[in-house]
Amino acid sequence: MSLKRLGLIVVIAAIALLSVQCSPAQKPAQEESKVPYIYAAYATPIEEPWDGVIHAALQKAADEGKIKYEWTDDIGYSGDMERILREVAEQKKPDAIFGDAFGNEEAVRRVAADYPDIAFVFGSGLGPSEPNVSVFDNWIHEPAYLCGLIAGGVTKSNVIGVVGGYPVPEVNRIVNAFIQGAKESNPDAKVLVTFINSWFDPAAAKEAALAQIDSGADVLFAERFGVIEAAVEKNVYAFGNMSDQYDLGPDHVITGPVWDMSPTVEYVIKQLNAKSYTAQDLRDFSMMAKGGASLAPYHGMDSKIPADTLKLVKQREQELKTGMFRLDIDEAQPASDS
Amino acid sequence: MDFIVSLSAATLRVATSILLAAIGETYTERAGVLNLGIEGTMFFGAFVGFYVADISGSLWSGLLAAIISGILAGLLMALFSVSFGVNQHVSGLGLTLLLSGLSLYAFRLRYGGLATPPSIEPFPQLRPFGDLPILGPLSEQYLLTYLTFLVIVPLAWWILYYTDFGLKLRAVGENPEAVDAAGVNVYAIRYAALAIGGGLMAAGGAFLSLAQLGAFTHGIVSGRGWVAIALVIFGNWDPFKVTLGSLIFGGTFALQLRLQAMGLQLPIPYETFLALPYLVTILALVLAGRNASYPAALLKPYRRE
Repeated sequence: MSLKRLGLIVVIAAIALLSVQCSPAQKPAQEESKVPYIYAAYATPIEEPWDGVIHAALQKAADEGKIKYEWTDDIGYSGDMERILREVAEQKKPDAIFGDAFGNEEAVRRVAADYPDIAFVFGSGLGPSEPNVSVFDNWIHEPAYLCGLIAGGVTKSNVIGVVGGYPVPEVNRIVNAFIQGAKESNPDAKVLVTFINSWFDPAAAKEAALAQIDSGADVLFAERFGVIEAAVEKNVYAFGNMSDQYDLGPDHVITGPVWDMSPTVEYVIKQLNAKSYTAQDLRDFSMMAKGGASLAPYHGMDSKIPADTLKLVKQREQELKTGMFRLDIDEAQPASDS
Repeated sequence: MDFIVSLSAATLRVATSILLAAIGETYTERAGVLNLGIEGTMFFGAFVGFYVADISGSLWSGLLAAIISGILAGLLMALFSVSFGVNQHVSGLGLTLLLSGLSLYAFRLRYGGLATPPSIEPFPQLRPFGDLPILGPLSEQYLLTYLTFLVIVPLAWWILYYTDFGLKLRAVGENPEAVDAAGVNVYAIRYAALAIGGGLMAAGGAFLSLAQLGAFTHGIVSGRGWVAIALVIFGNWDPFKVTLGSLIFGGTFALQLRLQAMGLQLPIPYETFLALPYLVTILALVLAGRNASYPAALLKPYRRE
């Protein structure tokens, strides 16, 4: 019996040890006290693209010596967010805390109300809150629309596939903008939409994409990972999402909407340095006009796009960048055309 | 007709990883050990397979390494559940947490900071029947899928029912005292069953990273291990019936994706389609589960009095 108990203790100790090791608090790169001290609290592992974009922008600012940056990730959605935020606010006393509030909205706002001197800058589908909660989101519907224009131009079968995670507003507006673009450049285009109800199940996403190819799709929008693998296998074109994903399918990935959090981060740093931080919706800093959203580099794939389509894309891109064209936001759940 | 052919081809593809793991679980449970480490072992196999294939440049080395890592994971489960006699639920879930955390930790050490998941050139698909109608597209499958359905399942069945080892394995899961009295080492048989099971589970995970995707990300297994456990019960611990279960699950999974892509404009939400494979599995479990004959010694650590 004592052997059994020993075994149990070893198992528990191993799990405890590992879970501590799995969320390493990063050591600050430097101990410069004049730059703002920013802490980030991520609900998912930073390998998840959404939080990965935030982390990349903060890491870049830290590498450039503009901030002191520490972070923790994989906090999850089962109550740890509030505890961690309180610990950070009490013990680390950063100037600002970044993170994603999706699934943890109430916890984030509860803690923020107790620490009005710390700026809380969180990804959120809701609004800002005085005095210290600012919100941002991946407002990359504009480049998604441009991708739709291209998709309508390159499709031969007039069937375009979209594989998404969940039909939440953040995904819907990107998918709807893509569809709007596709129908604008190709009114005959039929768009198939499949949701896999997971943020991360690339095997399911690939199967969904293969099913769309079986239904005639010859261009795919890979809102999730896994779709590009299907495009490569069946030799059709695809668009990535969130980051430049050309490497996943050279000669198949044309471009894709890219989110860059640097304009948001730079703006908040500027506010912190000027002691002028205010609670606000930072969405504009994630859109094309301010450089927070863009089309991924073509890597030469623009040669596959019909000239008139490419001309239209370049024109619209310019208009979006200069503020002369404003895309309507549609967050209704998209469905496949029959 | 094209629809049915592509649906059938997808069914076999989707079923492969789950079937490999389910056959592994069949062996461990037949020997009296519920291995809830299945989900973690699949994940571990997917990672180790990908990592070794990536650094060595050889997919087969990756697959071999994944199987070895799965065998080691099975032996670790055996150490706790068989030698130490720890509660099988605790040790199994512990193993899943341990292996998932370990894989992600190692993944970050090696591939941390990449904006897109690392990828490799995956196993190619075979197409032995070329352009023949129906058979051609249906036969376009990965070698691992062929091996699973045509070699591993029949072999697993034959070993279980027609060899001395299989007899001992089944007996250990039903009445270990009697087996012990007959002079057979109960521990050794259970260790062997867990090693075989772990190897198959890891191979199932490696199928995802090395064949189906050619990439590794977190969430790559996404509950397929838990589905496999349900299929083992559905299949009444018989490799062929478990295969049938995996085909039902894979078939409804592939079907729902096609229904979504068809744009049927039905007055039901798309979630209905998504739930279909799980609903069918639960329904099948309810119907088949009434006749389920659990291995009598399942969940019971063996101790000589």
